[in-house]
Amino acid sequence: MAMAPETEKAVPAAPKGSARTKGSLRGLALRWDTAVGALLVAVVVAGLSTTDGFGSGENLAFAFNDIVEVALIALPMTLLVVAGQVDLSVASMLGLGSALTGALWNAGWAFETIVPVVLLVGVAGGLLNGWLVTKVGLPSLAVTIGTLALYRGLASVALGSDAVTDFPQTYADWAVDTTTVPGTFLTYPVLLFIVLAVVTAIVLHATGLGRSLFAIGAQEEAAYFAGIRVKRIKLLLFVVTGLFSAFAGIVFTLRYGSARADNGLGFEMLVIASVLLGGIDFDGGKGTLFGAVAGVLLIGVLKNLLTLNDIANEVQVIVTGLLLVASVLTPRVIAAVVERRHRRAAGARP
Amino acid sequence: MMLRTAAGRRAVATATGALSLALALSACSGTTKDSSDKESTKAGATAKADPGAALKKGLKLAFLPKQINNPYEKIVDDAGIEAAKEFGGTGKEVGPSDASASSQVSYINTLIQQRQDAILVAANDPNAVCGPLKQAMKKNIKVVAYDSDTAKECRQLFINQASSEEIGRSLVQHLGEQIGYKGKIAILSATQNATNQNTWIEFMKDELKLPKYKDMKLVKVAYGDDADQKSFQQTQGLMQAYPDLKGIISPTTVGIAAAARYLSDSSYKGKVVLNGLGTPNQMRKYVKDDTVEQFSLWNPEELGYLGSYAAAALSSGQITGAEGEKFKAGTLGEYTVGKDGEVILGKPTVFDKKNIDKFNF
Repeated sequence: MAMAPETEKAVPAAPKGSARTKGSLRGLALRWDTAVGALLVAVVVAGLSTTDGFGSGENLAFAFNDIVEVALIALPMTLLVVAGQVDLSVASMLGLGSALTGALWNAGWAFETIVPVVLLVGVAGGLLNGWLVTKVGLPSLAVTIGTLALYRGLASVALGSDAVTDFPQTYADWAVDTTTVPGTFLTYPVLLFIVLAVVTAIVLHATGLGRSLFAIGAQEEAAYFAGIRVKRIKLLLFVVTGLFSAFAGIVFTLRYGSARADNGLGFEMLVIASVLLGGIDFDGGKGTLFGAVAGVLLIGVLKNLLTLNDIANEVQVIVTGLLLVASVLTPRVIAAVVERRHRRAAGARP
Repeated sequence: MMLRTAAGRRAVATATGALSLALALSACSGTTKDSSDKESTKAGATAKADPGAALKKGLKLAFLPKQINNPYEKIVDDAGIEAAKEFGGTGKEVGPSDASASSQVSYINTLIQQRQDAILVAANDPNAVCGPLKQAMKKNIKVVAYDSDTAKECRQLFINQASSEEIGRSLVQHLGEQIGYKGKIAILSATQNATNQNTWIEFMKDELKLPKYKDMKLVKVAYGDDADQKSFQQTQGLMQAYPDLKGIISPTTVGIAAAARYLSDSSYKGKVVLNGLGTPNQMRKYVKDDTVEQFSLWNPEELGYLGSYAAAALSSGQITGAEGEKFKAGTLGEYTVGKDGEVILGKPTVFDKKNIDKFNF
């Protein structure tokens, strides 16, 4: 909620429809993100018809809430990757947010004070990442590998190996898997995610800022000479990512009722995997938010379905891995096949 | 550096303003640790127990270890699953591949959907699993913690391997017998602030106050930090400092193995008595080459077996988890539920040359 002004500020008045949604129906069907969406629907249908309890509101509420932190961070991550950047420090920032929440709560701070402070720390972390990338000129991969360790380290300093657990029920109820928005099976964090996803989709696909991101990701120099303020936009992206990650740390803490420095360990891979699975090109310049959201949901629903059917954890990891390899390979294979066909056609003509 | 622009300065000013406003507001009306009242619902003990009820047939039990592929917990769970067959139920083991605080939660939620009759959990984090476990109990799924407890209100029973008192005192009793209640002894522990180790050591010291130990003297508590190399060096150091040491108690599986390795190659082999807590597979070699006469540990198979029967007794309504209730655990005999729903497996099992080949863990 707190980040809405950040993104809305950048919305210019006249969005004129994304170029990516144009094109033939056949082209749409062949796109990877459409395929991921279809796969998601297929998995849900398969789940409904084969697995007892899968379709219950309670299970769906849980399945979506179970990945809500990953989903929240996947939103700014999508923007980053489209712009050809990446942030590996997100899960560490989540851990730092969680540890700070716990440490400040232990110190007797009011929860209403802790939240803005933790969010500000997220902004500061994002600023550091962004500063190192834009002003010092380091690649984002290298910078955020460093801050991945740094933020996790700070989290351990803040809270040690303790766990803080006695958070007030009134706040915990906002995040737990069992409290749903009246009349729906959606939990409050999931509802918030939906709102933020819509905002992010508008920013990415219907604003000048969104088009700038694609331009930066495709050809940074060209974008710069076209008058796009590349550095400032990148800085903003890292700040928003830090903010979302710290916020996800608060959600995580309340949801599990346990603030720990090691919370969300390894989540950065899950976030990036979901985004890539959704068809966002790791080289930047390509992808849709719809794809990224479908990617997150697919990983979440698949995990839930496999667990319900007692499929061992190792197999779940393999399935996710295979999906990811397929998502990176398939578009390239298709492109190669198309090119070969073109070349053959060109060669056959004379 | 990046605040050269007016817009940047304005943003910072706004943020600072917003923060100070938030701070000011929360100072007068915030929810703090002290103001929030902790709700503690006592689960379980509300229903009525029927001690005469027969064990239900076809009960579905699910074991949720700290992490799957942990050899120790595999033994516990396999024994529990085996035990379920004795009373016509079925058991299974599911769980995460990492032991992080939150990773068990997805499994608990899916076990609720699968309508298991009971969930047996070795909690990675006593509180992270609490929400879903309470949810399970609301749906009449029984919850039994084993090996590593959850918060008290989130389970009906906790199956404890052995009481801390029993472990501490019995180690001193065994060593006393071995050295004829005479001479200097030392303790080789894990880390200086390990809660379980320190509790055991307190009970050891208390036991040593009894008159029959008047000729036994505890000269040092050394810490090997549960690292093999460090424990090895600490043993070496102990023997150098106290060449006339008669006995060492090492209540940690890493420590006792490292100490045994040092003693078996030194001139102290056979002269210094080593006792403590270890696993049969680690210690087999040293028992067979006479470095160590005996050591102890709870029997993980019995832990799983007891857990299975306790879950069945809960699901069949024989017990509710209230203090003083009794139930029969197959070949292990009768058990009584203690304070806070705790059931203690019993005395640690003593391993020696005679029985060590019967165990494989």
